[in-house]
Parts: sequence; C-alpha cells; structure tokens
Amino acid sequence: MSDTTTDTTTPRASALQQARLPRWAPLGLAAVAIAAGVGIGAGAGLGNTTQWGLIAALLFVVLSYGVTAAVEGGRQARNQLATVLVWLCFLIAIVPLASLLWETINRGKTVLDVYFLSHSMDGVQTILPGGGAYHAILGTLEQVGIATLIAAPIGLLTAVYLVEYGRGRLAKAVTFFVDVMTGIPSIVAGLFILSFWIIILGFDYSGFAGAMALAILMMPVVVRSTEEMLKLVPDELREASLALGVPKWRTILKVVLPTSIGGITTGVMLAVARIAGESAPIVLLVFGSQAINPNPFEGAQSSLPYYIYEQWQLGNEASFNRAWAAALVLIAFVMILNLVARGIARWKAPKSGR
Amino acid sequence: MAKRIDVSGLTAYYGSHKAIEDISMTVEPRSVTAFIGPSGCGKSTFLRTLNRMHEVTTGGRVEGKVMLDDENLYASGVDPVSVRRTVGMVFQRPNPFPTMSIFENVAAGLKLNGSYRKSELRDVVEKSLKGANLWNEVKDRLNKPGAGLSGGQQQRLCIARAIAVEPDVLLMDEPCSALDPISTLAIEDLIGELKERFTIVIVTHNMQQAARVSDRTAFFNLAGVGQPGKLIEIDETERIFSNPSVQATEDYISGRFG
Repeated sequence: MSDTTTDTTTPRASALQQARLPRWAPLGLAAVAIAAGVGIGAGAGLGNTTQWGLIAALLFVVLSYGVTAAVEGGRQARNQLATVLVWLCFLIAIVPLASLLWETINRGKTVLDVYFLSHSMDGVQTILPGGGAYHAILGTLEQVGIATLIAAPIGLLTAVYLVEYGRGRLAKAVTFFVDVMTGIPSIVAGLFILSFWIIILGFDYSGFAGAMALAILMMPVVVRSTEEMLKLVPDELREASLALGVPKWRTILKVVLPTSIGGITTGVMLAVARIAGESAPIVLLVFGSQAINPNPFEGAQSSLPYYIYEQWQLGNEASFNRAWAAALVLIAFVMILNLVARGIARWKAPKSGR
Repeated sequence: MAKRIDVSGLTAYYGSHKAIEDISMTVEPRSVTAFIGPSGCGKSTFLRTLNRMHEVTTGGRVEGKVMLDDENLYASGVDPVSVRRTVGMVFQRPNPFPTMSIFENVAAGLKLNGSYRKSELRDVVEKSLKGANLWNEVKDRLNKPGAGLSGGQQQRLCIARAIAVEPDVLLMDEPCSALDPISTLAIEDLIGELKERFTIVIVTHNMQQAARVSDRTAFFNLAGVGQPGKLIEIDETERIFSNPSVQATEDYISGRFG
C-alpha cells in the first residue's frame, strides 16, 4: 500500500501518491456483507430470502463506503459509493428480466417441441396433455402481418408529410393527434373496432378485425420513429439534390428515404414487436378458436396472446404447460424481430468504407 | 453552352427581413466572377437567388429580375426545378450522397431526373470525372461509396456531379473553405479549366483566392447591422484589387475591416 522506502528527500512524490485498497476488496466486502445479511436475516427470523438480500445489499453499500473512506480518503469513498449504487441499480433492473426469461424457458420447454409448433388444439381434450399452438402462431403472424401492411405505409407517409412538407396548422393538428394516439390504451383501440366494425357495420369476429386494432396501436409508433429518422438526414443532402434540379418528391424518394431506411426499418420492426404481444384488443375481436383458420378475413381465429390467456383460464396442469410454451414462442418471436431489426440497421447504414 | 447573366433590381427577403437590396450586375459567359465582402453581407443569399434555391428556405422571397441570356428566371410560370438544371451549384461542405457509390453520385443528376440511357451514363460519368480532375484517382473504384474519399476528393466529386448535367452556369458557394491548401489549389486550377465551358460565379471569404481565380470581382457590404446588403462595386479583378473606385472597397481589401 503506501510506500515505505523513504526518507525525507521526496516529500512531493508522496503528496500525489495515495493508499489504495487491494483489487479483491469489493469481492471481499461483498462476501462479508452477504454472510452478515444471511446471518442477521436468519437470526431475526425473517423468512424471505429477498429480505436477506436487501439487508446484504445495504450492508455492502455502508461497508464499502466506510472501508474506502478509512483507507483511501473521502473523495474515493464518494466515488466508490456512486459506483456501487449504479451497479446495484443495474442488478435490480436485470434481475426481473433474467428471472422472467429463466422461468419462461424452464417451464416452456417441457411441452415445446416440433409437434407443439405444428398442431392445433382441434379435437384435443384440454385437461390432457397434447395439442399445440400452430393455430395461434398462424393467427399472430397473419394479424401482425396485416396490421403492418396497413400501419407502416400510412405511418411512413404521415412522417414524410410532417417532416418535409408540413408547415402550418394541418401539420400541428396531425402532430397533436399522433401524440394522443400514442397514448391510447390497447383495450380502447379494441373497443373502437368492436363497436365500429363488428357492431355497427355488422361484420363478424375475425383476424382482420384484430389486425385493424393492432394497426391503430402501431401507427403512431411508426410515425414518431420515422419522423426522428427523417430529421436526422442533414439538410445539405436535400439541398444538394434540389440544386441538381431534382424535384422535391424525387429527392425524398431517392435521397432522403434511402439514407434513413435503416433507421426506419428498425423503427417499424420494433413497433411490430410491440404489438405482437398485445392481448386486450385480440381478446375482444378475434373470438378465439381451437382449429386452424388460415383465412383472417372470415371466421374466428386465435392468436398467441389469446391462446396463452385461454390456456391459463382452463386451470389445469396440461394447459398451464401449454401456456408457458406459447409464452416462450412469443418471447422468441419478439427477440428474433429485434435481432433482425438490428441486423438490417447495420447492413443498411450509410457506409464509409474505402 | 455557357450563358450570360443579367441581374436587375434584385431584392431578397427572409420573411419580412430584407437581406439584400436592389442588386444589379452583369456576368459575362465563360468567365469567373468572385463575390467578396464581410460576413453576413448577403453574398451567399444573392448567389442562391441565381438558381432559385433561396425560396427553398422557409420564408425566402425574391423581387426583381434575373435574366439568363434572354429568359427571366423569375418570370411567372417558370419552373424552379428546370432553372436548377441549367444553373448548378457546389456547396461549402462537400455533400456526396452517402448511400450511393462514386459512379452513382456523379450520375445522380441524370439518373434522378430520369432521362438517360444506360450506355450514355458511363461516358458522362467518365467525362465529368475527367473534367473535375478526379478520374485518375477513382477510376478503379467507381463502385466504392462516395463518402469514403478525402475532403478535397469529395468536393471534386461534387463538382463532377454538378457538371455532369451540363449546366450553363456553375455557382460555387465558398467551395474551398472546408479544405486544406493543397486541395484548395487543386480546385482553383480546376476552376481555371472549367471556365472554358461554363460561366462561373464563386463566393469566397479569401481575397487572395478571388484575386487568383476570377476575371471580375464584386464587392458587397452592409450599411450597418440589420441593414440589407448591397452591391458596392463590380469591376475587373485587377482594378478592384489595385485601384478601386469606392473607398469602402479600398478599406475592405486592405484589411481595415472585414
């Protein structure tokens, strides 16, 4: 730790040098804190291991501050305190996510196999194991696909209008309503389609009705993220194109959009990932089904969030297993979409290679 | 195909603020005219009125006439897009299109306007890159991204892009301010060659550059802060820099203000 080789001939060097804790100090303190936390918790009769963990965490914070202050000095101690708090917050944020993934994978894998992915619940007695989620997967894919086909072009063109053309009151009104739409609860979107499409216009429950509600939820997200991406394109590029005598609409189509396409695609995929798990409007609108219905425009369909809810409602072990497996499929679907979005963003980023 | 420019009574506004007032001048074909003056005096604003880019800015508005040979660019019924195809512009910071290769950048003016045959494109690109003195450096990597070149090369790429559409006039807004001295020299030499084919107007902060490169020089100035810019004097470059008629010009070029 401190330099002990001297004599008084180098007083200036020691003003810059400081005592330092050894590198294993944080781990050592953590071990002490955990041991003390477990001891105190067990000793005080607290049964919940989470409480033991909280006591240990608190002890760790206090101990590391105290020890660092004693050995290294006040400034280092405050630095250490800040570091510890940041790490602790990170762990607190990660733990629920990790625990969720762990639970889902653990419980989902009992029933998840190729059979599950390729068969529906048609003719299966729900108390018994067997059956699958194919009809639900198909339903989700179709509903999300149709919702994307509706919402992505409308959202994209709205964002183009807002960024490239909108100047006056119409643009302000559109921005306002897009902001309002971002906050619509999903059940309200579902109720809207229910009352408008099914009750007033008299159409049947169908996958398409669910897709429309999902499109309403998806549209403002696409508008916002596309707007941000378009604003990132520097004006110099637009000016360069206009100065060549290229009309404005062609400038947007051939210069602005290709430059921002990576970010726009990412935004759309993230919006898709968001609506893939929306269950409230689906429950209202697709009616659910045990059999495979490949036609989203006619007749009831199922979808993954609906299936999960339905199986949970049935209340028996076989159904719970199926629900977990479907949850795992849904999480995997969202994760894959996220990864694809990142991949596209990297591939399409304007290159600067030589 | 270089054309003559005749400006009379040109005034430009940003919203209600008058930026330049009552400018009148003539630019001869196949010559280089330099605009000099202190910051904020309206040189770039005036340059941008010559290819109707001023109105792209929010609130931009122009009064007066700009005659290109015998056509008024600001006559009612004139399409700004077609004006910009005859009056090209090179900007201060090189701005090649980032998603396009070098070849596509040079061809952009033709491709984006739709009127081309694929066989012609190759010839046009080669001719423009040679005209911009960039061909030898990039002829082996025409498919590489335009943004991968050095600053001076990018600016020459932008010049190649501008001349590929064969404009009658080439406007250059401080084309060398973002470049190092060697690249600046390369572009100044290029301007000397290009003036055989195009009418060139260049805005520059660098008086030595104006003296080196231009045939005629126009000096702009403001009466005061917030006042519109005006054309003070325009004459042969040699005379402006040795024996100007207006005292303000003399003060500016001898560095008493600027």
